[in-house]
Amino acid sequence: AALTDGLRSQVSAALKEGRVSPTELCQRCLDLIKSTKFLNAYITVAEETALKQAEESEERYRRGQPLGILDGIPVAVKDNFNTAGIETTCASNMLKGYISPYNATVVQKLLDQGAVLLGKTNLDEFAMGSGSTDGVFGPVRNPWSYSKQYKEKSVPKSHSGEEESNWVITGGSSGGSAAAVSSFTCFAALGSDTGGSTRNPAAHCGVVGLKPTYGLISRHGLIPLVNSMDVPGILTRCVDDAAVLLGSSLAGHDPKDSTTIQDDFKPFELPDLIDVSKLSIGIPKEYHAPGLSSEILALWSKAADLFKDAGAKVVEVSLPHTCYSIVCYHVLCTAEVASNMARFDGLEYGHRSDMKDSTESMYAATRREGFNDVVRGRILSGNYFLLKQNYEKYFVKAQKVRRLIANDFVKVFRSGVDILLTPTTLSDAAPYTEFIQEDNRTRSAQDDILTQAANMAGLPAINVPTALSERGLPVGLQFIGRSFQEKQLLTVAKWFEKQVQFPVIQLEEVERHNSGVFQHQKSASFS
Amino acid sequence: QKVSVEVLDHLEHLALVDFRDSEGVERLHKAIQFADQLCEVNTDGVEPMDSVLEDRWCLYLREDDVTEGNCTKELLENAREKVEEYFVAPPGNIPLPKLEERETFLQSS
Repeated sequence: AALTDGLRSQVSAALKEGRVSPTELCQRCLDLIKSTKFLNAYITVAEETALKQAEESEERYRRGQPLGILDGIPVAVKDNFNTAGIETTCASNMLKGYISPYNATVVQKLLDQGAVLLGKTNLDEFAMGSGSTDGVFGPVRNPWSYSKQYKEKSVPKSHSGEEESNWVITGGSSGGSAAAVSSFTCFAALGSDTGGSTRNPAAHCGVVGLKPTYGLISRHGLIPLVNSMDVPGILTRCVDDAAVLLGSSLAGHDPKDSTTIQDDFKPFELPDLIDVSKLSIGIPKEYHAPGLSSEILALWSKAADLFKDAGAKVVEVSLPHTCYSIVCYHVLCTAEVASNMARFDGLEYGHRSDMKDSTESMYAATRREGFNDVVRGRILSGNYFLLKQNYEKYFVKAQKVRRLIANDFVKVFRSGVDILLTPTTLSDAAPYTEFIQEDNRTRSAQDDILTQAANMAGLPAINVPTALSERGLPVGLQFIGRSFQEKQLLTVAKWFEKQVQFPVIQLEEVERHNSGVFQHQKSASFS
Repeated sequence: QKVSVEVLDHLEHLALVDFRDSEGVERLHKAIQFADQLCEVNTDGVEPMDSVLEDRWCLYLREDDVTEGNCTKELLENAREKVEEYFVAPPGNIPLPKLEERETFLQSS
């Protein structure tokens, strides 16, 4: 088995048949993490506990009693999920040194299935951002920056100094998780998605990024940004793997999260033979947003044709309030952030200032020292919108606009459309030096435009890597489905993935680790 | 429209974070300007939406049974200042110094 294999198809089988052992798999991932350190994808690598988990898994396989498909599979978790005994920082000074006393429900579920937790991945501070560039541990580098495919397309310069400054961003805020999956250091990773934070980096890093329906997966232990929109996100190298993660553990009611629905979740397997001819695919015209690159526009069009040729009904639809979703998000997000960040006062956990004059001044000093500009900016804006004199005009108004946005989707789905097909991002990944020329809020407003509305409406959405851009970088397309219809969404995504045959990243480091005893697989997904 | 120094000061009190410099204040002005676009949308007769799950009656009250607890030790571990089973805070009921007395960027504006 190679690090490039799909879970259900190959790795699981290889583990069961003893062709590879959990400890070998774990060790190889840990070694690869070390040799790809320059990506800065991981904040914490839990080497000892991971190896111990791998050993326990190995024991279960020897007894012929693996817990399931995920037993022994190395995974990574975004550093805004609580992980017992492991530092959880949210890439902020406010939580540096904070060792969680408990596991987030989704983390616990993964561990209960025998998954091996390799470490915590890097992000924008408190998940605020669309580049994974604004955390205290520094920016995450997109593995594709170092791929053969990107280097071939770059204007050849004589020295490696150029290459150093040429690297592109991962997108965000779950950039570390996306980079980890993309560079094969783990088989799956958890991210979070509030405005596109799982799908955006998935598109830029060429991996599958699933945002589940709000209420399907527990948020208990996910340090909250916007309680009414946050969801845990799933990042994998192929659609089947995302279905495995969703079904084998993560989805389902959690008594510790009262916003999870109570209906029983029925795990599903995706069919291998898929017929899309009975489907109606909607193409929302407003997603032809200003700034959409002509490349992506062409790919989007080509994708629509693919469905048409397969017999599906492809129709143009309208979601008229799309252009307001970013403004709406801006107000609701900052308002909820203002509330959620109030818990960080230095008293019970996290950073605490040395200021002793009074409780309030200690709180103020702690927060001044602990939060970066972006976080402070959002807290202040949020508090402004929540002032008595502004409440109706901004907060309540935004809540009304939210309903209009959600209703747009309801109308479209009621008209017979099953799935929406849209671009995920406006362009391929920007070079870091270019990205940081605009501030965080501007960038977020630009980059979230295609992903945010799904969070507004709570709908499931998925990024599927589609093709390489002219610069040799990944471009993905997004499918948005009906509430709680993840099976249909993933089935369509899987069909599409098979059609486009997205290329495997050619990374020197990975090839080195894969060579030797085991065969190098040609494609990221089995066929 | 610029936000008055009184409101900025009030926000610093409410939020217990500071604007730090003129950039911070500019950031707020830009945020307000951006949010003002909301008034372009006609929302007559539209109810505010609290949760996308409003039709599903998720929120429920559970039985008032003690199902977990007794984790004082774990909860105190991450606190920097503690005495026995107490979190220790500096003296309370002391309001933040007024604008004139505080060390804040807003003083110069």
